[in-house]
Amino acid sequence: MRREMISMTRVALALVALAVPARAQVKLTGAGATFPNIIYQDWVLTYNQRTRGVQLNYQSIGSGGGIRQFSENTVDFGGSDAPMTDSAIAAVSGNVLHIPTVLGGLAVIYHLPGVSARVRFTPQVVADIFLGKLTSWNDPRIAAVNPNMQLPRSDILVVHRSDGSGTTYVFTDYLSKVSPEWQRRVGKGTSVNWPVGLGGRGNEGVAATVAQTPGAVGYVELGYADANQLQYGPVQNRAGQFVTPTVESVTAAAAGAMAELGPNTDFRVSITNPTGADAYPIASFTWLLVRKQYTDAAKASALVPFVWWALTDGQAVAAKLGYAPLPQALRPWIEARLKSITAGGKVIWPGPK
Amino acid sequence: MATGVGAAPATGADAARRMTRGTNPADRTYQAVLTGLALLLPALLLALIVELAVNARPTIERFGWGFVFNSTWDPVADVYGAGPLIFGTLASSFVALLLAVPLAFSVAIFLSEFAPRWLKRPLGFLVELLAAVPSVVYGLWGIFVLIPFLRALVVPPLKAVFGWLPFFQGVFYGNSMLAGGIILAIMVVPYIAAVSREVLNAVPSSQREAALALGATRWEAVWMAVLPYGRAGLVGAVMLGLGRALGETMAVTMVIGNRHDISLSLLQPGYTMAAAIANEFSEATTSLYLSALFEVGLVLFVITVLVNAAARLLVWRTAPGRAVGSRAL
Repeated sequence: MRREMISMTRVALALVALAVPARAQVKLTGAGATFPNIIYQDWVLTYNQRTRGVQLNYQSIGSGGGIRQFSENTVDFGGSDAPMTDSAIAAVSGNVLHIPTVLGGLAVIYHLPGVSARVRFTPQVVADIFLGKLTSWNDPRIAAVNPNMQLPRSDILVVHRSDGSGTTYVFTDYLSKVSPEWQRRVGKGTSVNWPVGLGGRGNEGVAATVAQTPGAVGYVELGYADANQLQYGPVQNRAGQFVTPTVESVTAAAAGAMAELGPNTDFRVSITNPTGADAYPIASFTWLLVRKQYTDAAKASALVPFVWWALTDGQAVAAKLGYAPLPQALRPWIEARLKSITAGGKVIWPGPK
Repeated sequence: MATGVGAAPATGADAARRMTRGTNPADRTYQAVLTGLALLLPALLLALIVELAVNARPTIERFGWGFVFNSTWDPVADVYGAGPLIFGTLASSFVALLLAVPLAFSVAIFLSEFAPRWLKRPLGFLVELLAAVPSVVYGLWGIFVLIPFLRALVVPPLKAVFGWLPFFQGVFYGNSMLAGGIILAIMVVPYIAAVSREVLNAVPSSQREAALALGATRWEAVWMAVLPYGRAGLVGAVMLGLGRALGETMAVTMVIGNRHDISLSLLQPGYTMAAAIANEFSEATTSLYLSALFEVGLVLFVITVLVNAAARLLVWRTAPGRAVGSRAL
């Protein structure tokens, strides 16, 4: 809800900004993922104000829609919470770069009245709950991870997203990595065939249902869990540590994953279940989709500096808006990608000044 | 025809047409423009069907009739079956009508037959106001008021008494077919009540007076003379409500649980076609997935058309062309 409010204000301000007449302007349109919408609107607004001659506009229509619009050339850049598949990339003849912008973490939320300490989760427990194999909170397998806690006898009710979403993609991607059974029976995707549970519409729907139902467990973006003051617990990472989701532990997940990626990565990677002792395991990049070759040089030379600005100066607002900033070490890799963008065969961005 | 509601205006229009036919070029142009506009709507409908069918073709070819009967909905494996969606749409609408029709008819009968004059207007207005509430508000109310209420005060006694019925099996978590049906019922009551009231108001007083003169009580007069006279219109009112229930999306998806499952138990979550389309369309990433949602839309469309056709047949058979309200359908 809080995010909704902020984004409404931003949109309103953006409309005011649009109403001010301006001189010859490059208009850039983007569309896609809803998860990063708040920070994208913030970036767009700030950048439009500080940069003459560029008018950016981002519409949060969903990752699937973003990829479709990008592929059909109706927008200048796209946004997606799930990377494009190989076949989708082939459909645009490989003319796409995935640029990570910020990170999001998912909290495993639950509603257990009377339980004040945080319930700890192992990957196995999370997977078994969502597979429907763990059906009661006082199951010995949960108690084994939470030795000093008195958990109630209530049934576990799984709540998942009913709408297709990047959040679901990240969560099922994590479960596929930690549970072979999940991978075999369910798999990963923006919507999946859930073995158990009920669906809530949007992060707010899942949050509301969990908050209303004793014994419920679900997953939402960290910002929603905090804004709605929902209970959530630490999850055990690959190093065996129980890590609570925070902006820092989510950034640490990306830093941990970088070691495995290498500088030549196409960034189309999942960073769930990364290495690193302080890395929170259920986290993901969200990406901007830009083209490797643009036909319109004016547009390309306006877009690339914006992207670079967003990934450097723009990162400062991330934590305040509920997102985790990219690790600094990622910058040179992204810089190299942005430098490789061409328009009409010419390089359009020489690098940061 | 003397008793039909729309009889008088229709005759007037006929007379006007006879008098001005072919006389004035302005009138002819006017008529041509209106004809064009009137034909535009059916054309739009046709275009809609064609568009849905064309986009649904990949799944129609892939799954055939299995799409309608299968219950697996697995976007990861690209396997789609809309059985639970179709079942959920029909079941939630049925539950809604079961609850809404007696209530709406009672309201209509009270307003047209029994209510004191000073109460008629404000009460009628308030009932109709229910129709003006946005569906997302009903959804929120469902999550924060209705579901906790059901969980605390309705379902436990219901299970204690009727727990042996297949309709009340399993653990009740809140979001369920029952909650969806109740929300839908509240949403369709104003439509059914408003139309029924108009139908009953249009029943000539001679019907009531005749029944009363024969010694009927006021209740008997309503039951034996007024209701049968208006039954075509009343069926129409119910069908209007049903059409609304079949297509309702937002409020339903917020409380029904959104689970692709067929369960006879009202306490279990379900899903409807309209809700699935709204939920999954924006992130439908593969072309087959998109096509499956288009086919769901096509099926919903066909079901709605069938329901309307059935309503017409029902009206024509029960009251061939004479009773109150039949012209309205």
